[in-house]
Amino acid sequence: MTKLTTDRRSFLKTSTAFAAAGMVSMPAIVRAQGAARPIKIGLLAPLTGVIAAGGRELVEGFEMYWEQVNKEVAGRKVEIVIEDDASNPDTALQKARRLVEQGNVDFLFGNILANTGLAVANYVKGTGTPYFIPVIAADDLTQRTRIPNVIRVAGYTASQMSRPLADWAYKQGYRKVATISQDYTFGHEQCGGFLQMFTELGGAVTQQFWHPLNTADFSPYLGQLANAGVDAVFAMETGADATRFIQQWASFGLKGRIPLMGAMNATDQSVIRTMKDEAEGIVSCAHFAEGSKEPATVKFVADYEKRYGKLPSIYGFSHYSGAMWVAEALKTINGKVEDRELFLKTVLATELKDSPLGSTVKFDAYTNPIYDASIRKVEKRADGKLWNVPIQFYPQVSQFWKYDPETYLKQPPYSRTFQGKTG
Amino acid sequence: MMAFQIMNGLTFAALLFVVASGFTLIFGLLRIVNLAHGALYLFGGYVGYSVGNLTGSFILAGLGAMIFVALAGLVLDQGLLRFVRGFELRQVMLTLGVAFVLNDLALVIWGGDTFTVATPQWLQGAVQIGGLFYPKFRLFVLAVGIFVFIALWVLLNKTRLGALIRAGVDDAEMVEACGIDIRRVFLITFMLGSALAGLGGLLGGTFLALYPSADAEILVFSLAVVIIGGRGSLVGAAIGSLLIGLLNTFGQVWFPQLAYFVIFGPMAVLLAFRPLGLFGKAA
Repeated sequence: MTKLTTDRRSFLKTSTAFAAAGMVSMPAIVRAQGAARPIKIGLLAPLTGVIAAGGRELVEGFEMYWEQVNKEVAGRKVEIVIEDDASNPDTALQKARRLVEQGNVDFLFGNILANTGLAVANYVKGTGTPYFIPVIAADDLTQRTRIPNVIRVAGYTASQMSRPLADWAYKQGYRKVATISQDYTFGHEQCGGFLQMFTELGGAVTQQFWHPLNTADFSPYLGQLANAGVDAVFAMETGADATRFIQQWASFGLKGRIPLMGAMNATDQSVIRTMKDEAEGIVSCAHFAEGSKEPATVKFVADYEKRYGKLPSIYGFSHYSGAMWVAEALKTINGKVEDRELFLKTVLATELKDSPLGSTVKFDAYTNPIYDASIRKVEKRADGKLWNVPIQFYPQVSQFWKYDPETYLKQPPYSRTFQGKTG
Repeated sequence: MMAFQIMNGLTFAALLFVVASGFTLIFGLLRIVNLAHGALYLFGGYVGYSVGNLTGSFILAGLGAMIFVALAGLVLDQGLLRFVRGFELRQVMLTLGVAFVLNDLALVIWGGDTFTVATPQWLQGAVQIGGLFYPKFRLFVLAVGIFVFIALWVLLNKTRLGALIRAGVDDAEMVEACGIDIRRVFLITFMLGSALAGLGGLLGGTFLALYPSADAEILVFSLAVVIIGGRGSLVGAAIGSLLIGLLNTFGQVWFPQLAYFVIFGPMAVLLAFRPLGLFGKAA
């Protein structure tokens, strides 16, 4: 394997050198030659398995961007190779290896589930292949265990968006909140961000329920939540669990009785698209809100809906914007993707201006984007479809909120046992 | 609170019973561990969802789901399983393969979004029973579970077909020797079991939702029910469903960290002492 990579590297070096040399004497012809090798992107998406629906939307968002720019950037054609990670870390790793070692892709993109993303991240740590993760939200990928060539373009860290929500909740007068969450890192981190913020403000999180992924029946928890005597509930659910939770919450008559807040994934389009009234009124916080009146968002949502017949989810949005972010960087360096160091540095220095968010986004010093976040409420559109409409804005929300990054990083990562109660 | 959680356990058990009774019928009589049972459940749910959306009728959705899945059972039995009759391992592998194919087919037809079957107007909302608010639909599921149990009990114990099925569970060769076309009994049982999976899919589709991999989850629960209750035993399936349903509920309340262990731990212990389950008989 090592031999293969060296060969490829030296081939690249010679070919770029050759192209560079030619540029002086015969620019026209050489430009044509330079364009001969397209930029090759390996896109990893869960097209089968538990999160197949999200995987499809990921591909849709990504392809939509590239097709809008005619699959071309800085004069070079762009070739996308899509591989199915089957929602499984082993498969993800195997497909990433195939893309890098046999497919000779210039960089990798994608994945949804944290475990698949971490498997690929660990692998590219060794190869140095740039890997962009608009959805993988594990806190430590941009905090304690950063990998220089793994960059979260247009993504967010799990605990980033639950802090403004906690702040908003406190300002609504909620003082006692219970959380219910899937029992894995993504849930621990989102609840941790919420709990730490909320308790620091003076509120109390009186009960935390952790349930296994794919909990069929939420009724036991709902009974306890109903009697918990709290002002509001924060639910961190993804996929089918989110659908079931919201649906059962409504059928047990808790909707309208106890205010429900959700993680952004709990009221994502991928969840509420197939629902009716049950989800109405749930409040969440995110950088993207498909119901925003911001012209850039309106245009993106309309384009997406026209193309795919549905409102965009976070997966579609993130990969559309992520593709745009990387493309902007490629424009800056004239498509010289072969110079990895320069490429990565340029991506990090690039500010995303024309994304569907409408506001400029840039990275913090720890390579996580800083967003103008919005508190969103699920409402019914005129045609009866549910969507998330912003009701309040929190400008410039970073993954560290208002904490000093260095001090913050001294506290342990969020887990079931550490939820930010530093005392 | 206690009464509330008991209701939760009972209603969940009712759903499990509808699915697992079909499973145990097929397992008991045909000696087939039908690993496609979960996929049939999911397909039933999806078909019910589509029929319900088209016609707006919950009853038609139920009928559609049952008929469609019964026909799928017919095709599965006559088209595939017929060729591997008597080879247990091959049957298991074959049904597993069918489960994968059905899953991917569902992904192609309905996509991977999570759907819930719409509850009819008359089953929406909650009723009050002595200070306890409880969703009507879950009570309906409980009623369906009880009805299915009674209907199956009558069928098995009071009809000629039932007698044949029971005889087949005990000794299929002997039944055949008596001049009965056991293959037809096999087929009818298989279709009946499948139809129950379809009905379960519709009921489950309303409050557990339909999504890729829902089939595997319900299959694991059904397996646990049948293993605890004993192969082919209707009463066993009922007791097994009650146990799993209540354990699942109270496990989540009392030991949320060990939610799965509470279900499968006792199952493992039971197997160690009663390998045939509570009501199972040696083949």
